[in-house]
Amino acid sequence: MIANELAYNGKVEGDVVVTKADAVINWIRKHSVWPMPMGLACCAIELMASAASRYDISRFGMEVMRFSPRQSDCMIVAGTVTYKMAEVVRRIYDQMGDPKWVVAMGACASTGGMYRSYAVMQGVDNIVPVDVYVSGCPPRPEALLDAMMKLQDKIANESSASNLLKANPSGSLPAK
Amino acid sequence: MIDEDFTRGLLEQHTFLTKVSHEDCLCLLCPPEHWVEIAKFLRNEETFELLADLTAIDQGEESEFRFTVVAHYYSRIHHDYLRIKCDCTDSLSPKIPSLSSIFPAADWHERETFDMFGIEFTDHPNLKRILMWDEYPYFPLRKEFPLAGIDTPLPADDVVEVTQASVEPAPMMGGPFVTSGSGPMSNSEPRAKDESWTEEVEKSK
Ligand code: SF4
Repeated sequence: MIANELAYNGKVEGDVVVTKADAVINWIRKHSVWPMPMGLACCAIELMASAASRYDISRFGMEVMRFSPRQSDCMIVAGTVTYKMAEVVRRIYDQMGDPKWVVAMGACASTGGMYRSYAVMQGVDNIVPVDVYVSGCPPRPEALLDAMMKLQDKIANESSASNLLKANPSGSLPAK
Repeated sequence: MIDEDFTRGLLEQHTFLTKVSHEDCLCLLCPPEHWVEIAKFLRNEETFELLADLTAIDQGEESEFRFTVVAHYYSRIHHDYLRIKCDCTDSLSPKIPSLSSIFPAADWHERETFDMFGIEFTDHPNLKRILMWDEYPYFPLRKEFPLAGIDTPLPADDVVEVTQASVEPAPMMGGPFVTSGSGPMSNSEPRAKDESWTEEVEKSK
């Protein structure tokens, strides 16, 4: 009974909950991040591992990996982004509905990693705006989960309500 | 294994072949005009039914024959590989006949060799780039091409318009990143030979 007293009590407070729009929107968003698995190289194996039972990304409500950009809102770039693939990554990003986030998973996606070569883009942030970078080659699933929790924190602090009213500059990159 | 008898027989039957020094499998040099003929022979008359690999070597601009095309054939009966090399006579616009009509596997190998070295395979059904994009202006495995790359525009105009992205030479940071191949994993992982740019090591003047 005591637990009931501490929680929301419909008899006392009626059918109304007062809160801030941002809090509600962010609370909903951060608990249903649907990742777009952009698996481009070896890091994708660790991404798969984080989805499997041992690490179980579904504990954070993120298990719904969608292979269609229309149904996902967080692109996890896991692997080496070649210049040839960069165009595709950007197009898929453009096809994702707003709001959307990008996680650069691993050394390759963050900086080009060990591929200092003519064929590899030196960081996916050249082509899409990145929210969270994960270090490692490859990062362990724990590191990815940590990054996803950081992303949740970031989502929780967005001013979503006012963003809804703004003309949306989503996807533009910070000036070089 | 390929034995002496086989080698002798092959060389007697095809006088245009010359034996080249080799450390692993038998290696023969073939002139370009017999390149297709010998492939046909190895596949139909002999048991080399598998084209295991086809690539090229850039010997550098000062060599007489700059580009050498190399093919590896494998025989399930001999359980052995046979390497046939061919020097392209023209170093400026290297050409060689395609093997794709005999070995379908040659199709993509030749496209890759074209993509990386710019060697034209005549009679190839679909000779276009396979790794780099079609408009890419260089042949990256040629000796004069720097590993870091050369400034090049990206092919998709609309993406470039939004992102201002382009191909830029990669920062080498004392690289290329290579493995020493020995010692504990923590030391043998790929790393730059010159790490004077890291915080841990004093900068070398
Ligand atoms: S960071 Fe390492 S593990 Fe990840 S894609 Fe690059 S090379 Fe592979």
